[in-house]
Amino acid sequence: MIDKRVASLEAAVSGIVDGATIMIGGFAAAGSPVELIHALIDQGSTNLIIVNNNTGSGHIGMAALIENDRVKKIITSYPRTANSVVFPEYYKDGKIELEIVPQGTLAERIRAGGAGIPAFYTPTAVGTPLGEGKEVRSFDGKEYILEYGITADFALIKCKTSDRYGNLLFDKTGRNFGPIMAMAAKTTCAQTSEMVELGEIDPEHVVTPGIFVNRVVTVPKPVHESVYIEQGRVYP
Amino acid sequence: MKNQDETIGWSRTEMAWRAAQDIPDSTYVNLGVGMPVMVAQYIPKDREVIYHTENGLLGMGPVPPKESIDLELINAGNEPVTALPGSCYFHQGDSFAMIRGGHIDICVLGAMQVAENGDLANWSTGVPGTVPSVGGAMDLVAGVKRIFVITQHCTKFKEPKLLQECSYPLTGKKVVSRVYTDLAVIDVIDKGFKLVELAPGITFDYVQSKTGATIHQ
Repeated sequence: MIDKRVASLEAAVSGIVDGATIMIGGFAAAGSPVELIHALIDQGSTNLIIVNNNTGSGHIGMAALIENDRVKKIITSYPRTANSVVFPEYYKDGKIELEIVPQGTLAERIRAGGAGIPAFYTPTAVGTPLGEGKEVRSFDGKEYILEYGITADFALIKCKTSDRYGNLLFDKTGRNFGPIMAMAAKTTCAQTSEMVELGEIDPEHVVTPGIFVNRVVTVPKPVHESVYIEQGRVYP
Repeated sequence: MKNQDETIGWSRTEMAWRAAQDIPDSTYVNLGVGMPVMVAQYIPKDREVIYHTENGLLGMGPVPPKESIDLELINAGNEPVTALPGSCYFHQGDSFAMIRGGHIDICVLGAMQVAENGDLANWSTGVPGTVPSVGGAMDLVAGVKRIFVITQHCTKFKEPKLLQECSYPLTGKKVVSRVYTDLAVIDVIDKGFKLVELAPGITFDYVQSKTGATIHQ
């Protein structure tokens, strides 16, 4: 029997080891798997390489992971957001490595990693500092740079609906990096607001096919990152 | 005493209105954070324009009233938005396929500097110690069919933003089609900047004096 449901957040993040590469979904606060990130902090692994579009807000979620000294390096497109207070201090003090990647290149590197494509040429960042030192090749007279796919040991993502096969539906713009990160990680852990029976999700509507998902934990009422921010919450 | 320079030419809303007049009917448009998003308010009512926001929505509508804000429905500037009838959500791979694949017709962006060959700098001053943040800007300029820039003609330190060459790190090379400033509308053509239109009460010589490259008439 195939059953990807796990009983707890603790079980969802078990087996993550020090030095692991972890993709974490979310664009700003939308789609951020806050409960899974907090479970990762509780779990204790460190020296992590994190792939996330931002660097977290306030002192919870992604930002708390950094503030608890778990992150060695972050691969991101936009670390400088309004509520990002932890990352800039860590960066200034040289306590975290930063790899800055254009958002679309980040997305395509993740998608390629998940699709078995080791590298690809893209027009993005040609002639800019983020293209420097990269292999350039011309196609039909236009220049492109070589970028490499990214894979990860784990992905932590947030969705709205799942069945026990791990077929997923997302919540509006909270979808963002979830589906492609699910493809690119050896073990993808999704937190879902609701778990439904097989067949309840119309096959035409499935966004992420269950084959890309390994563990699903139900978090019926996830707390949105911005609610914690308003409360001034610090994790743990 | 208030500097006279601050009170002449187009206001921010007039700049947004002027740019909006150049967005044709039946186009897919991406608007950058800040002044560019104001452009949507001034599109003539007889035109249908679909707004793309790169975090994963086509058919973006205006900011909702506070009571109907949905925290999972935001734009690329992290502001609450709405999804209009006919809209759709998609993941980041698809969103940037739309951008890089040339499916978006127009992108309106802000700028720190624009060069006469169309080079754009709008993501970093390159000052050591600052946290560099690029987001989707480099993908947008590399892939969208036409790049409009909307910006004040000069910096707050009265330095020209339209130059022979950008001194800040580039976002993209030869990417800008047209620039809307408080003083003029200026195209980027093969030989450099070309004047399209002057703001009311502004002379060509004045615009030229505030520009770091030749403007062709």
